[in-house]
Amino acid sequence: MGAEANQATWKKVLWYVVLTALSVVVLFPVWMTLVRALSTPAVYVREGQPLYPVAIQWDVFSRAWNLGDLGAKIRISAVVTAIIVSAQLVTSVLAAYAFSFLRFPFRRVLFLVFMATLMLPIEVTLIPNVQTIRGLGWLNSYQGLVAPFLATAFGTFLIRQGFLGIPRDLRDAAQLDGYGHLAFLWRVAIPVTRPVIASFAVISFLAAWNQYTWPRAVVTEGRWETIQIGLKSLSASTVEQGNIGLAAAILASLPVLALLIFLQRQLIRGLTAGAIKG
Amino acid sequence: MTVEARPVTRPVKGTIETAPPDEVRHLSSRVRETLLAVAFLVPSAVIFGWFFFYPLYRLVYLGLHQQNRFGTAERYVGWSQFTEVLGGENFRSGLKVSATYVLYTVPLGLVLGILLAVAANRRLRGIKIFQTIFASTVASSVAVASVVFFVLINPQAGYFRNVEFLSLSDPDTALRGVALSSVWQNLGLTFIIVLAGLQAVPEEMYEAATLDGYGPVRRFFRVTLPLISPTLMFLVVVLVIFAFQAFAQIDILTAGGPAGSTETLVFKIFNSQQPLSQGEGAVMAIGLFVVTLFVSLAQFLILEKRVHYGS
Repeated sequence: MGAEANQATWKKVLWYVVLTALSVVVLFPVWMTLVRALSTPAVYVREGQPLYPVAIQWDVFSRAWNLGDLGAKIRISAVVTAIIVSAQLVTSVLAAYAFSFLRFPFRRVLFLVFMATLMLPIEVTLIPNVQTIRGLGWLNSYQGLVAPFLATAFGTFLIRQGFLGIPRDLRDAAQLDGYGHLAFLWRVAIPVTRPVIASFAVISFLAAWNQYTWPRAVVTEGRWETIQIGLKSLSASTVEQGNIGLAAAILASLPVLALLIFLQRQLIRGLTAGAIKG
Repeated sequence: MTVEARPVTRPVKGTIETAPPDEVRHLSSRVRETLLAVAFLVPSAVIFGWFFFYPLYRLVYLGLHQQNRFGTAERYVGWSQFTEVLGGENFRSGLKVSATYVLYTVPLGLVLGILLAVAANRRLRGIKIFQTIFASTVASSVAVASVVFFVLINPQAGYFRNVEFLSLSDPDTALRGVALSSVWQNLGLTFIIVLAGLQAVPEEMYEAATLDGYGPVRRFFRVTLPLISPTLMFLVVVLVIFAFQAFAQIDILTAGGPAGSTETLVFKIFNSQQPLSQGEGAVMAIGLFVVTLFVSLAQFLILEKRVHYGS
């Protein structure tokens, strides 16, 4: 008995050692980024690049904010993300409702056409889409930054799955109460599928906040840079300011980090949607 | 629109006194529902038509034409541009770099993700903290991951600047350095998805395997891995598509260099936007589309046979 319990304890300890070692590997790049962001660049290099910060400058974040015009870049990212997330919620909920509860001709075909857009990433359609935006005079504008992302088949698919899970009884009861489609959508369908919709909103936020290729293509003036594409110009600055870009990268990750900590359930449900059946 | 005289299977709401004849009522509710559906679908359909399907047509059009330097005049060149570009050195080298990128990122990322998930899938005090740490790289965007990795591997002052097989200044190794940043960035997502797959495996399966005298290693390869194979298949497809779309990490870490050794297909497409190279860029984009379509289809067909779908 005693030996067995002893073995179980050792096994536990061993797992803690393994988990801690893996954590160190995963977090090492983050730690080094912090070290370099906080160290005075010239001193840090002179000291032979240690694993800990030297000649710490706590004001690097405020300097990044001022020098790199980070406030403006974060504001543009925030506005773009807010527009994309709210537009995707509206367009996806409406389309999902039509595909779940309304009968109309060519429903199946149209659904497949919608889903086909999932096979067309922005990288494929980049050249003509940038032409479209340029033609409209929308380079360096909010319209240009958000237009292709106002609707998404992923959201339509996910929310439709949620809608189809609504029990038949609930629909019949709503119908008996005299609910039309709009009332049913607003008072029953959306509240009942709120977890699914929340998961989708989190994923939509993540994708919009983090996107790079499209803003890089439709922004040509520095003052329209989102925080993500701003990181490139910031990290390419001089050696003396080499830590500014790193401070900016840390600041750029904070909103998503908050998401991971406070909305972990929704985030994980959204990320795993489609991967696990049942 | 044709209207079929279908029998009404369920009573339609409405009072009997004012109800119109069955046929008419059926028609009008059908029309109303269709109109509502149109209203609900139009917002999405406009975006999809405008930014997904119209560009597809434009790509073919651009591929069939050549522009002058200013984009003010174009000339029909036909399908010859397709054969020239797709058979040409530029497209092939881009495709090769992209395929190599897949090889560098997907297997390594998958193995590491499985390792983290298996380690963190157990009942221990404080396991949630480890799970959050392993998932934490989802908080980094591609751009952030690239900046972070520049700290580690940049050729002048990076912490690993002397690790030769990752060197960004050597055309033979630069892509590996870039790939490592992607592996790290995708680790959180891979971990989350594999862990969810592991947690969906019923406890009894493990117990049964243990009773059958399976050790932990054999149990993992004979029981766990087959059971989570649908999850892994999904991940492989996602990671391969991510790898084919890689742009930010290259734009930030190497800008395609040194000597064009990290110019992926998407990088080349991005840099073909000037009128003179638009035709070529459009054909390359169609090539990218076909390749990713083919990849996901092939993966689906191959893996479906070997994947064990739980009952």
